[in-house]
Formats: sequence, structure tokens, C-alpha cells
Amino acid sequence: MKIGVVVFPGSNCDHDAWYAVTHNLGHKAEFIWHGSADLGDVDAVILPGGFSYGDYLRCGAIAKFSAVMPAVKKFAAAGGLVAGFCNGFQILTECGLLPGALIRNRGLKFICKPVDLRVETAGSPFTNTLRPGQILRIPIAHGEGCYVADDDTLDQLEKQRRIAFRYADNPNGAMRDIAGILSEGRNVLGMMPHPERASDPLMGSTDGLGIFESMVSALVRS
Amino acid sequence: MKARVTVSLKRTVLDPQGQTIRSALVSRGYGQIEDVRQDKVFEIRLAEGTDAAAAKKQLEEVARDILANPVIEDYRVELEG
Amino acid sequence: MPITQEQLAAHRVTSGEYERIVKILGREPNITELGIFSVMWSEHCSYKSSRLHLKKLPTRSPLVLQGPGENAGIIDIGDGWAIAFKIESHNHPSFIEPFQGAATGVGGILRDIFTMGARPVAVMDAIRFGSLTDPESGARNRRILEGVVSGIAHYGNCFGVPTVGGECSFDPSYSGNPLVNVFALGVFRHDEVFYGRATGIGNPVIYVGAKTGRDGIQGASMASAEFDENSQEKRPNVQVGDPFMEKLLLEACLEAMRTGAIVGIQDMGAAGLTCSTCEMGSRAGTGIEIDLMHVPQRETGMTPYEIMLSESQERMLLVADRGREEEVFRVFRKWGLDAVTIGTVTGDGILRVKDHGAVVAEIPNRPLADEAPLYDRPHGVPAYRKFPVHGPEFSSAGLSADLVKLISSPNLCNKRWVWEQYDYMVRTNTLAGPGSDAAVVRIKDTDTSVAMVLDGNGRYCLLDPREGARLMVAECCRNLSVVGARPVAATNNLNFGNPERPEIMRQLVEAIEGMAEACAFFETPITGGNVSLYNETLGEPIHPTPVLGVVGLMKTAAPVSPVFRRPGLDIVLLGGLGTCDPGRFGSSEYASTVIGSTWGLPPKLDMDYERRVHAAIREAVAAGLADSSHDLSDGGLAVALAECSFGADAIGAVVELDSDLRPELLLFHEGPSRVLVSTSDAAGVQAVAARHGVEAPVIGRTASATLSIANRGMPLAGADVATLRAAWENALPELLAG
Repeated sequence: MKIGVVVFPGSNCDHDAWYAVTHNLGHKAEFIWHGSADLGDVDAVILPGGFSYGDYLRCGAIAKFSAVMPAVKKFAAAGGLVAGFCNGFQILTECGLLPGALIRNRGLKFICKPVDLRVETAGSPFTNTLRPGQILRIPIAHGEGCYVADDDTLDQLEKQRRIAFRYADNPNGAMRDIAGILSEGRNVLGMMPHPERASDPLMGSTDGLGIFESMVSALVRS
Repeated sequence: MKARVTVSLKRTVLDPQGQTIRSALVSRGYGQIEDVRQDKVFEIRLAEGTDAAAAKKQLEEVARDILANPVIEDYRVELEG
Repeated sequence: MPITQEQLAAHRVTSGEYERIVKILGREPNITELGIFSVMWSEHCSYKSSRLHLKKLPTRSPLVLQGPGENAGIIDIGDGWAIAFKIESHNHPSFIEPFQGAATGVGGILRDIFTMGARPVAVMDAIRFGSLTDPESGARNRRILEGVVSGIAHYGNCFGVPTVGGECSFDPSYSGNPLVNVFALGVFRHDEVFYGRATGIGNPVIYVGAKTGRDGIQGASMASAEFDENSQEKRPNVQVGDPFMEKLLLEACLEAMRTGAIVGIQDMGAAGLTCSTCEMGSRAGTGIEIDLMHVPQRETGMTPYEIMLSESQERMLLVADRGREEEVFRVFRKWGLDAVTIGTVTGDGILRVKDHGAVVAEIPNRPLADEAPLYDRPHGVPAYRKFPVHGPEFSSAGLSADLVKLISSPNLCNKRWVWEQYDYMVRTNTLAGPGSDAAVVRIKDTDTSVAMVLDGNGRYCLLDPREGARLMVAECCRNLSVVGARPVAATNNLNFGNPERPEIMRQLVEAIEGMAEACAFFETPITGGNVSLYNETLGEPIHPTPVLGVVGLMKTAAPVSPVFRRPGLDIVLLGGLGTCDPGRFGSSEYASTVIGSTWGLPPKLDMDYERRVHAAIREAVAAGLADSSHDLSDGGLAVALAECSFGADAIGAVVELDSDLRPELLLFHEGPSRVLVSTSDAAGVQAVAARHGVEAPVIGRTASATLSIANRGMPLAGADVATLRAAWENALPELLAG
């Protein structure tokens, strides 16, 4: 498998995602420059964490205009797997691949700490090796990770089982404790926690690896 | 009575947000945009019957001591109706 | 136009210094030249009051690839890899504008690291503030703390470097003068090292990064003057940092360096274009000629004086191989950054600044950069004594309550409120982060990890600067040893008051000498650092506060836990109970917090014994004998035991001591050279200790949910771990709530 990691100006978890895929998961990964209009021959795409364009204006608001984004949208529309972690999630909501928005944490401060996530569905290419109800310990590191959407959207997400992860102990005020959601086609995942930071035994948890393993398993099956 | 306090970076101080937004706009084809400055606006509601002159004086104080840092920011207090 | 007395005073150039300038130039300087001299010869850039004494510090070892004098020191970590690291202060700017002052402090030290070709992989911060609860200054001090912490978070998080450790402490002496000392460390290979040298006559001098504005003009001379009542009013233009720009600058510089077209590179920090041009020329023995009309400018109508002295952030100066400029420009264009040729390297050793072709300054590089005046300031006065030799009578009203009071005091409480705002994990190398005795960062592609720690103790140094400095070195090396790392090198930040006062100068000299002695003894040469003087407000100096950063090396492995992990294990107090007398107890956190008084002297250090304790704990950790390992520090044995109990599983301890010391001293004295180890093989730990000639009594066993300490059958202090933990955890948020 080959997973593309998009590099925006200001991405800073790009190398971490690359390392988790290549060293912890044991698959290939390559960087895709934001100015590239072509994703090459990758099997899946990761939008990594960081502060694309300094997170100026709004998180992810400027990155959505990058040359690479039409290609990412096309890839997603064709059923390709796209995962956005942290800033990647913010970019996915800004560009409309996922509903809702991420606003300032309830406590108004940046929070960096490991949190417990509850797996809400195993029915997605990102969670197929996990059990519903399973608790994953994965770090968050964000200032604007409070998920918000209107009630209709939230109800629809629940009804269609598109909430992938919820916080066991909500750190940022996210509506309905949402930590990660899926697109309608279930092939786009956005989540605020950083699975790439919980993929190496030396980092204290390997609970994030299950998300990457699920992607590989889904790709193998297709 | 309503008041509006606008806090903006002094003209001589670098505004990284404004510059980044400007360059994004230019690269989207809005080449005529020469400069963007990003300000903060505080909309403040005061109790009915507050004396306008006293309110203005107090808000100037609030703006200078709390809402803005005069080292890098200017502020403007406007009373509405 | 001749220079006036007012202009000299405004530039803080003495008449003696002015005569020297005239002699160097062979004529009177113009105002631009005076400005250039004034920043280069400021205390901040020239170390004119401290240089004479800094020479006493050890700077060499077989691992030191680069000592002081460059942007950062470099240490060999094996297999062709190296680390660059340094600490720097941003005290004065952080008082004036806490958020931006701290943020640009982080930005400055990061540039010092990547200008050498190293990728920054870790940041630590030592921050000090006045009282949070003082009725008069508490609110302001809280605001400064909040601003500084969010400024550090803003810059480091956005840039993408983990803030892995540091310290945060409080004392009224920092009320008008907070200390913000920032340490950064980067990694590279030996053949990737770049220096700030303008070699190759005819090579182009290239400006990259942010445009120049009227930011922080005279910042370097501001950092060399005391604050007075007017500082609030005539505050100069503070710089605003742009971490996003810096991140682009980092990536572009490292990529441009890989083209092979770059000859030398230096960041523009304090004194901006002035400092970078003359230092690069001076180091290479060359001259530099630039024309200011090529310098990218953010504002219109800037004078040569303003352009040369601007401290706009996120700018670098580099020298490229002639004819290969385009390779460099291509990289910077890719990252969306300005890069323009502003001049050339010349052979005449002169810094020649033109503005649209007309010469506006012409100064020989070497005297400007390296021949600043050197002052042997008087210091032969009796030691400054703020506190008495003898303390009051004291007797505890309840040792358990004292323990709670200590662990919920600003200095000893949990600092989670601070460090959770920092991304301490980005780059996925942080094996041990904030809250550990020392941070541990692995170096990917090697099997080596770097451990690092910052420490300082103003109260110890006030009572005895020499002993305080020695204790600080010992503590840092102990912190590294308890995680299993071997200390190899250090960087120092010397924060003191006005050196023109002999009693302050004496503190500085004594602290440097104590540090020199201990760094030589523990084999941690100082490879660079920073001196921050004039930390006074209205004549009230800060405590003399040297801060030391020490790095150590270890094999990459899951680090030993600082907290107890399992009940029923033996607890060994490596180093023993130690001794203390009432005179030395006056420097303790207990004396300050519980008794409300400070007196006497700092704890006594036996460096030889200390070193043997380090060797013993490193050996025990390496052999896998330690289930947990944590050193004793501020608050002594009882506080260390409480800290060991604050793990996720709330494993406490039942401790039985055997000592003649009176209970307050036994529980809370701060004698050095001691480490708490929990182990399932006490005999094994004791055997290691015996080999090193170190005491290692078993003082108790770990136990679920409770902490109790007794001496010879007499209960002294105890509580359930949950209660202690709540006091420790909630203290800082409650203090900040006002």
C-alpha cells in the first residue's frame, strides 16, 4: 500500500504521519506538495496536523484553496480513502468534504494530552479492525477542536452512524462529544486526536495504529 | 446604549494574519488587494440610562487597560445611540 | 552633523566608548554608525561586563564539536550525528508585552538552532514570575504568566517543535522583572553544520524571510537598561512574531542548505541586519558591502538607521556561492519567501552600508564585532545579605498539613495548567515530557536519545551565589541521571541585576566561578549561553538567577517511571537521609512557604558524593533494577514521596525512617545527592550503591492509595493519595482564578 501525506505550508505532523505509516505500520508513504494538482498513484490520502497557513483567518480556511485540494476532492468523490487528523479535519470541514466546523476549545486554551476515545462504529474503512465501544487512548493537541454543527446535521450523523469516535471525557466542548466523523460515503474520516502519535510503543500507546491497520485492511479487500 | 470598541495593531506593527490572508487572496486572483489588516471588534451593551460622557470615559479606560495593549495596539471607542 | 551629548546618552554610549569609536574610525561617527556601535557594544550583544568572567567556564570535552562563539554549541552524539543547543533570555520584552515577548523569545532561539543547519526537535522554558496572590501586584503577575505561557504555546505549537520541559517558579523579586529563558535543541549530521561566516570575496550576500519594519528599534539597548517608572510610557516598538513564517523559513533554509550553494548563514536577532553582517564578516575576516535599497521593507520612508537597527523577526542573512544564487532563490520561492541579493563579500574587512549607492556607514568589522569594550567591574565588596544568618524559632503545628501546604504552593504544585498548553509530543519523539525529572527525546534513525533539563534556584543563589550555582549543576546532572542519561554538556543563562553595582557584580562573579567549578567536575562543559543583566525595577534587583540547561545521552528505550507503579515494592533512598542544620534549613521551600521566612545558607553539597550517587542510579536504571526513579529536590523527602505517589494508579508508600533529625528537617530539608527508587530487588540496588560507596537504606514499601511517613515508630505525616493529589493538581488553576 502507498499512502500520500499532503504537505501544506505550516503542516507539522506530516513527518509524524509518514513515520507511523512507514515505520510502525510497515507500508509505503510519500509526501504530496500542496501545489501539486495530481496525487500520483497513492492508495489513500492523509491530511496531517499542523497549522496550515498559520491557521490565520480560520483553521484550514486558506489551505482549502490549495492546488492539491481539487485533486483530493476528486479522489474522495471516486471513493478514495481520505483521513484528516487535527488540522486535516479542520481543512476537510472548511472545504465541505465533511459537515460542521471546529471552533475554539471551550476553555479557550490549547490542550495537549492523551484522551480516551470510544469507537462508535466498526462499519468504516477506518475502524473495521476495531470494536464498537472499544476505548482508544490517543493524544489531542489543538486550540480549536470543539466540533459544532446544527441539530439536523448532528441528528443525521447519528442516524447514519457517521460518528466514528466520541470523547469519553469531553476535553473541548465538542457537541455530542464528537471526536471524529465520517462522510456520507464513509470513505472520508476527520478526527481531532492524533493516531500517528499513538502508533509507536515508545510513545506510550499503540491504540492509534488500529486506524491505519483498518485502512490497509479496507484497501486490501477492495 | 451600545458601544463598539475596535482594537487594531498599530500601523507600524507587523500583522502576520493580515499579510497571510492578503497573499492568499492575491493568489486567488484578487490582485488589486494591496493590504489586509485584521482588527478585533468588541460590541458592548451598557445599562439603560447610562450617562454617555461617563460611559465613554470608562470605555476608554477599559480599552486602554484591558482590551488593548497600547504597546502594539491602537483602539477606538464609538458610542451608538 | 556632529553627535550630541543627548544622542550619546540616548544610545547609552559612554564618553570613553565614544573616544574608542572615534579612534577606530579615525573620525567622528555619523548617527547611523553611532547606532550600529551602540547595539553591537550593548551589554546584550557584547557581554562587556561579564566576558572577563565567562572565560573561567570550561568549554571543552572530546564530545564538544563547537563551543561558545557561534549561534549555538554543538555536541557529537555518535554515528555521525550531532546536536546543537542553547538557552537565551527574553526577560525585558516579556514584561512589556508578555505574549509577543515570550513568543519572539522562542522564535529567536529556534533561529539560532536552524541557522546552523540543525532541525529543532525540542524546546524547554524556565519562567519566573512575582507573587500570584500579592494584593498589589498579583493581578498583573497573573496576567504576565498567562501571556507568557500562551505566547510560548502560540509560537512553539505553530512552528511544530515540542515544548518538552522546563520550570515555572515564583518569587516576589521577579514581580517587576519576570524571567523568560528559552532553550532549544536541534539535530543534524556532522556534515550538515553551517556557520555564520561570510567567506569568499565576491560572493553575494542574500536577505531572506520577513520584510523589515520599524520593529523593536533599540531593543538590544533596551535589554541592557533598568526599568524605571517611565518604562510603561516610553515603551518602544515591540516585535510581533510570526511562527508560520518561521516554519517556512526553517524548511526553506534546510532545503537551501542541501543545494550546496550556501557558504554561510546567520539569523537576524537582536540588532538585526547590523549584527548579522558584521559578525559574519568578522568571523571570516572579510568585509561586507550592502545597499539598503535592496532590503525588503514593510514600511515606507525608513532611514538607514532604522533599517540597520530594526529587529523585525523571521529574517536570515546568507552568503551563497557566486553564480549559484538562482538555486537558492528557487528554494525560497517554492516556500513563498522573499530572497534578494543585498550586497557582496569584500576583501577589505569593512562593513560598508550604502543607500542608493551613497555610503551611509563604513566601519571595520572586527573592532565592531569583537573588540567591544571589556569591563572589569568592581566586585570586591562584602556579600550582599538580604536575609539574616539566623532564622526564627519554629515548631510545626502539623506535619501533614505542612506537606499539603507545600505541595499546593505555587513553586511545588502541579504545573499541568502551563504545560498542557504546549504541544509536547509533535514530531513523535518525546519519550518523557513535562513533569518528568528530565525530558527524553529520541533521535529517529539512531538508537540514541537525548535527555535534557533546565534548573535554577534564585533563593539558594541569593544566600550564597557560589554554592547555589554548584547545587544547580548538581541538580541538573542528578535529574539526567535518574532517567538513566549521562550528562555531557550544558548551556547557561545568567539573569542578574545591575552589574555596575559591586554587590550585584559580586553575585555574578561568584555564580560563574561556582558554575565553572561544578561544570568541570561533572564534565559538562558550557557550549554557549546568554547573559541578561539590569534585571531591576526601581532599584530592586531580582534574586541572582543563573539558569542551567544540561543535556545527556542514553540509549533509546522506554524511560523509567518517575512515579511508583506497583504496590508492595521496596523503596530505597539512594544517597541516604542526608544531614541538615537549622542554618541551612532557612533556604528551603519549607522555610519560605510554611515558616514564612528565609535565612542562612543553601544546603551543603559534596560533589564527589553527588557524582557517586549519579553513577549508582544510572547503573541501577540501566540494569533494570529501578521500577521507578525520582530525585529529591525542593521540599525534600516528603514532597518527593508525594510526587512519586501521583501516578495514574495512585500508588503511595508506607515509610519508616530511622533518624535523629528533628521532624521538620527530616521530612523537608533539601540536602542534595538523594534519589528515591522503588524496586523489587532492593538487594540488587544496594549492591550497586555499595560499589559506588553510596548509602542506600530501604525506607519503606509502596502501597495502594495511601502515603504515611513515620520515624522510629512515631507517625509524622500521612494522608490518602487522592487528597494530596487534589491539593497538588488544583492549586495553580485556583491561584490563577484570583
